[in-house]
Amino acid sequence: MFEINWGAMNQEVAVRMTGIVKRFPGVVANDGVNFEARVGEVHALLGENGAGKSTLSNVLTGLYRPDEGTTELNGVQVSLASPRDALSAGIGMVHQHFRLVPTFTVAENIVLGEKNKNLLINASEVCARVEQLSTRYGLAVDPRARVWQLSVGEQQRVEILKVLYRGAKVLILDEPTAVLTPQEADTLFATLRAMAKEGRTVIFISHKLEEVMAVSDRVTVLRGGKTVGTVETLSTSTRDLARLMVGRELVFDRVVRVGMSEPSNPVLEVSNISAYDDRGNIAVADVSFVVGRGEIVGVAGVSGNGQRELAEVLGGMRPVIAGGFEVAGIKVTAGKVRQSIKAGVAHIPEDRLHTGLAASHSVEDNLVLKSYRHKPVSKFSVIQRKIIRRHAVELIERYDVKTPDSATPVRLLSGGNVQKVLLAREFSADPRVLVAASPTRGLDVGAIEGVRKRIVEAADRGVGVLIISEDLEELLSMSDRILVMYEGRIIGDVPTVQATREAIGLLMGGIVTANTGISNAGITEPQS
Amino acid sequence: MNSNLLVIIAASAVFYGTPILFAALGELITERSGVLNLGVEGMMLIGAVTGVWASQHVPGTSWFVVLASIVIGATAGGLVAALHAFLVITLRTNQTVSGLAITIFAGGLGLSSYFANVWNVAAKPASHPIRVLDVAGLADTPIIGPILFHQTILTYFSWLLVVVCTIYLFHTRIGMQLRAVGESPQTADAMGINVVKYRYIHTIIGGILAGVGGVYYSLAIVPTWVDGMTKGAGWIAIALVIFGFWRPDLTLAGAYLFGAMQSLSLTLKARNVHINGDILDALPFVMTIVVLVAVSSGWAHKRIGAPAALGQPYEREER
Repeated sequence: MFEINWGAMNQEVAVRMTGIVKRFPGVVANDGVNFEARVGEVHALLGENGAGKSTLSNVLTGLYRPDEGTTELNGVQVSLASPRDALSAGIGMVHQHFRLVPTFTVAENIVLGEKNKNLLINASEVCARVEQLSTRYGLAVDPRARVWQLSVGEQQRVEILKVLYRGAKVLILDEPTAVLTPQEADTLFATLRAMAKEGRTVIFISHKLEEVMAVSDRVTVLRGGKTVGTVETLSTSTRDLARLMVGRELVFDRVVRVGMSEPSNPVLEVSNISAYDDRGNIAVADVSFVVGRGEIVGVAGVSGNGQRELAEVLGGMRPVIAGGFEVAGIKVTAGKVRQSIKAGVAHIPEDRLHTGLAASHSVEDNLVLKSYRHKPVSKFSVIQRKIIRRHAVELIERYDVKTPDSATPVRLLSGGNVQKVLLAREFSADPRVLVAASPTRGLDVGAIEGVRKRIVEAADRGVGVLIISEDLEELLSMSDRILVMYEGRIIGDVPTVQATREAIGLLMGGIVTANTGISNAGITEPQS
Repeated sequence: MNSNLLVIIAASAVFYGTPILFAALGELITERSGVLNLGVEGMMLIGAVTGVWASQHVPGTSWFVVLASIVIGATAGGLVAALHAFLVITLRTNQTVSGLAITIFAGGLGLSSYFANVWNVAAKPASHPIRVLDVAGLADTPIIGPILFHQTILTYFSWLLVVVCTIYLFHTRIGMQLRAVGESPQTADAMGINVVKYRYIHTIIGGILAGVGGVYYSLAIVPTWVDGMTKGAGWIAIALVIFGFWRPDLTLAGAYLFGAMQSLSLTLKARNVHINGDILDALPFVMTIVVLVAVSSGWAHKRIGAPAALGQPYEREER
């Protein structure tokens, strides 16, 4: 174990990683990465998904052992074999998926794993210490509350308090804003700046350019497992960073539509739907809206506000407590997947490899998962292998799926190609309505463009599209209208041309005010 | 008054419930670390057979032999649990499969009966059975005497164990970290807790307690060896952990409830009450099934405190 003497801060560099190589079967996740973070700075680590950011941070926190390369902390070379080593050396990580025990209280989570001579836990003393810490950093949270009762923003504060409590001098935050509203993100940024001012080093991992520009002092860009370079934030721009990140010029533009959206000609009418989540709490509360032929409607919201459950109801995977929906004027029985398929609902679920596809089945089998019951795919309940293969080859060609052959298991494909298989299957059923939950999450920039293009093409053909996404830019660039969900309700219905990031952000945080830039008429009344 | 039927049933509930309580407390500790051990029945039988063997072969005073038998039976149970731990924690095999395999391998017609044959332990009764005590001469106290003061040393030890387990789980640092390992091993690992070590230790403790429960069968209930003599008590113990919401105090109550049901047919027969004995014998198992069905619905599972990572292997370097 390494006890780094952070008190003797004679070093300007807090973390220096040199020539880090980490290989996984079939991939080199880090290929000679160099990284350096100074004492008292917010240092952003920027890169696309798969660029090696998470691998690098896992090496620094002792979760992965690098195959090659060295790590120095405060000028001392270390070899971190476990998260425990990293913690005692002063490195704390705030994970993207929180490492919290939901059934424990905030205080219990914070003192977990702490070395302490007292065998018994003195709850009130622990709470007092946690309270002290949370006031000092302005991270308000009730130490006696159970973690599962907290909002995502509060849980993140617990995560940060946890590493501060353990005396971390270097804090690593992995995509910390993914689960926050824009306003919560601003608060977080202020906290990070305050911690840097105190002499701590903050490493901020992100692929969002605006955030990196807003919070960091310097930026290190990774691409394809290699360091592209480190730049001062003040002397760079979003455009330069984007070019460094993807290696080419990128244009974020509003997509061009060929077809017309006809809001007055509804293909999906949702009336007063309420549904439970998996825990039996109300997740969707009296939701009503309409999607017209060829219309793209976005659903914005911080994750966990009922969007996923809404998508599952429409896909037939979740029963309703009340209400119902019609596709092209025909009532669909909720909670029956086959009914939804028959009615013409295509569903791209959030978890494509588990809910959307059978991961260990072949591409060709996955492509007929919705049509295997009928001719020509099966005759008298016998699967027609030749026809399936021909069908697959055709779709692989049309959707440009990169796969060795049609018999390759889907799980071996890259994220973008997995999504192409899913899109190909859903669109080949000639749907009337497409419900897509986070369709581009985790994909690289090229694949994102492809998926968005396919969705827009479908809308141009007259499909009514409902896109659920936490990526506001995506919704702003694609949709005709944006619905905002908060605590299971739709609290905003804004035409995209009138929408601003700020206004949508406030609505995502549940704030409906006169000056949010949305007319009161924009707030939906239940449509019946 | 002490020959009142209810008093007898209550006293035998404690007597017959004690081995189930040991096995269930062991399983509780194991499950709190996130490891499901379905091998309890097998571990109890191994404990039972080694306990009889020790009782017949260890020289010394009666008290010493009884103590040695308990320790040896417990060690044997712990060793079988160490095998389970190695399979499911280090090799990450499926916990259900490993547990079932151990029960089949060590249980009724397996290793325990083989040892019994080789050692020829069934030939004679255990030389030094565990006897019921007359605690402070209070055994004849009306009503509570037979129930509370006329039990074996192991019953009193089990009460101590319930208290110790409760304090350990809910009021000590190590206990809190144990629960964290069972709830979210990723979190525990990130906080510097050695998940593998915690799981190994608590799986082995579970096996040790199952072994003690087994010894109770072969040295206290029937002081001799009979093949498959625990008669499914290990399974009842597993159900009991769920029934007791993973809490030692409720587990104690549940153990005595099942103990009462197990003893009912014997007690009633002795009192010339004629009810079909098969039905009475089946009662604990019917109850087990009812309890498991009731609490294994998704609804109940979320609310009654099952360790969230129960049954899931933990692997750090995942990709």
